[in-house]
Amino acid sequence: MSVLDDDVARRPGVWRDLWRDRMGRSGLIMMVAVLFVVLVGPMIFPFQSQSFGTSSASILQPPSAAHWFGTTELGQDVFRQFLLGGRISLYVGVFATVIAIVLGAGLGLVSGYYAGWRDAVLMRITDFFLVLPTLPLIIVLAALFGQSIVITSLVIGLTSWPQTARIIRSQVLSLRERALVLRVRSLGASNYRIMARHILPNVAPLIFANLVLVLSGAILAQAALAFLGLGDPVQVSWGTMLHNAFNAGAMSTGAWWYILTPGAGIVVMVLAFSLIGHSLDRVLNPLRRSQR
Amino acid sequence: MRGSYWVRKLASLAATLYATVSFNFLLFHVLPGNPVQLLARSGHYDAAARRQLVALFELNHSLLDQYVIYLNNTLHGNLGFSYVYREPVTTVLGSAIGNTLLLVGTATFITVVVGVWLGVVAASRANSLTDATVSVTSLSLWSMPDFFTGMILIFVCGVWIHVLPISGIESSGLASGGLAHVLDIARHLVLPATTLVLVNAAEFSLITRNSLVDTLVEDYVLTARAKGVSRRAIVWRHALRNALLPIVTATALYVGMVLGGAIQVETVFSWPGMGLLIYNAVEQRDYPVLEASFLIFAIAVIVTNFASDVLYRLLDPRVRRT
Repeated sequence: MSVLDDDVARRPGVWRDLWRDRMGRSGLIMMVAVLFVVLVGPMIFPFQSQSFGTSSASILQPPSAAHWFGTTELGQDVFRQFLLGGRISLYVGVFATVIAIVLGAGLGLVSGYYAGWRDAVLMRITDFFLVLPTLPLIIVLAALFGQSIVITSLVIGLTSWPQTARIIRSQVLSLRERALVLRVRSLGASNYRIMARHILPNVAPLIFANLVLVLSGAILAQAALAFLGLGDPVQVSWGTMLHNAFNAGAMSTGAWWYILTPGAGIVVMVLAFSLIGHSLDRVLNPLRRSQR
Repeated sequence: MRGSYWVRKLASLAATLYATVSFNFLLFHVLPGNPVQLLARSGHYDAAARRQLVALFELNHSLLDQYVIYLNNTLHGNLGFSYVYREPVTTVLGSAIGNTLLLVGTATFITVVVGVWLGVVAASRANSLTDATVSVTSLSLWSMPDFFTGMILIFVCGVWIHVLPISGIESSGLASGGLAHVLDIARHLVLPATTLVLVNAAEFSLITRNSLVDTLVEDYVLTARAKGVSRRAIVWRHALRNALLPIVTATALYVGMVLGGAIQVETVFSWPGMGLLIYNAVEQRDYPVLEASFLIFAIAVIVTNFASDVLYRLLDPRVRRT
């Protein structure tokens, strides 16, 4: 094995393999579709009917030509809320994931690279947060500190990093002993340079695989928070829509459009990212790779 | 070295529990201010009662003294006083703990059995259509929020084809303790438990599948095959035993997830457990109940983790020798 073989990131095959894998390809296609609907949708379908219904006849109406996905308990257009709500769900998911990945990958990198007492201390802390039940902790933090989308993102981000830290650390632990790193170190490269130029690129695919899984978890966590009434009251997300639908008795009145529309949005968004994550996991795991 | 392992393990358990209780103190008593400020924010506050409250919560002491008082109270099972129910939190928690145990326990048992079985089916036909179907179905169900799955089940079973009760734990007017009563609770249990199984089975089926696929290429599997052992027997008797080890670890992580799921599912089905209690506590800003519920959930997860570590050691002699 030559020194360059250590560089996983330089292997162009990861992305091609992801596209070749049936799961990976479905995930990528679904992701593009969701991003299109959420980011471009509100521009293509600029519905005027943001106003509340004027009469009781406009409340919880089934899908029609005027309201493609029916109306809410206040007579609002479900399709419009759906298009705008996706942005909120995605915003919180991405914001929280960035925080979690920076924290998790950073701690994992430092912990694995320096090993020794820094590693021992950091991993004790990581393990402590790893065992705390995540969603209950997120609920407690949201109940104590507020429910605007920024605070929600912070709360989810600050509780979703331990798993990433663990995974990155164990990979870095093995990388630091490899020929490439030893050679660069003997040439006098600084610790910072070794981490940034040689270790980080090698764990990048792993970080990315983890990122998509953290992202789907964050979107689910935001949905659960909003459903439990801890969502931002002004920024209506898909979870908030389901909260409103549940409280308005949409199930007993048979208003399936009000439940299925935001629900399907969450499921497709989360599924897209988890398909990519699991596919990447397969592609990056050489043992299982050889058996395919 | 055997004794020293247990000493270390128990010491670490004690340290984690201590850290959890301290973290809870930090979370509820230091970061957001003190209980009286929380009470003010929660709306259950009367300005005239402030002095009395400060004395009641012993806030006239230093933070360190408050911490010691808190530790002492927690150790003696005194978890505070609910703002809403105007009863000790322990009284409020009372039956809720049992109801959650019933729901989560039943769901967990079925989840593990169904998940492992599906994982075995997928792995023994690795890369076939069955394998792909199991994996994709598992992932799709995993991608559904617990509360959304519950809402769909309510819609299908409760609104379209009135077959099963969709709310609560029992029908009114049944004498407690009789067979009819037990069956009634079981009927109420079906939908919430099914929701948790549907969402969480994927966790186990995917781990079992991957772990079993890795195990099936080991040398001893090849040896068994060479000896003429049937494929079925190899999978179920030889490989699965070893492949199950990651499942033991996964169960511990799963407990943390299923408790989050229980909060959502109990809310959707009005199941009177800890989850519904947490939902109501959040809605009414009943912080002492929220605090105690979180502490109990955290301790439950830590103890399960400890148990799974111990179980792993008992199951895998290789760990014991090293």
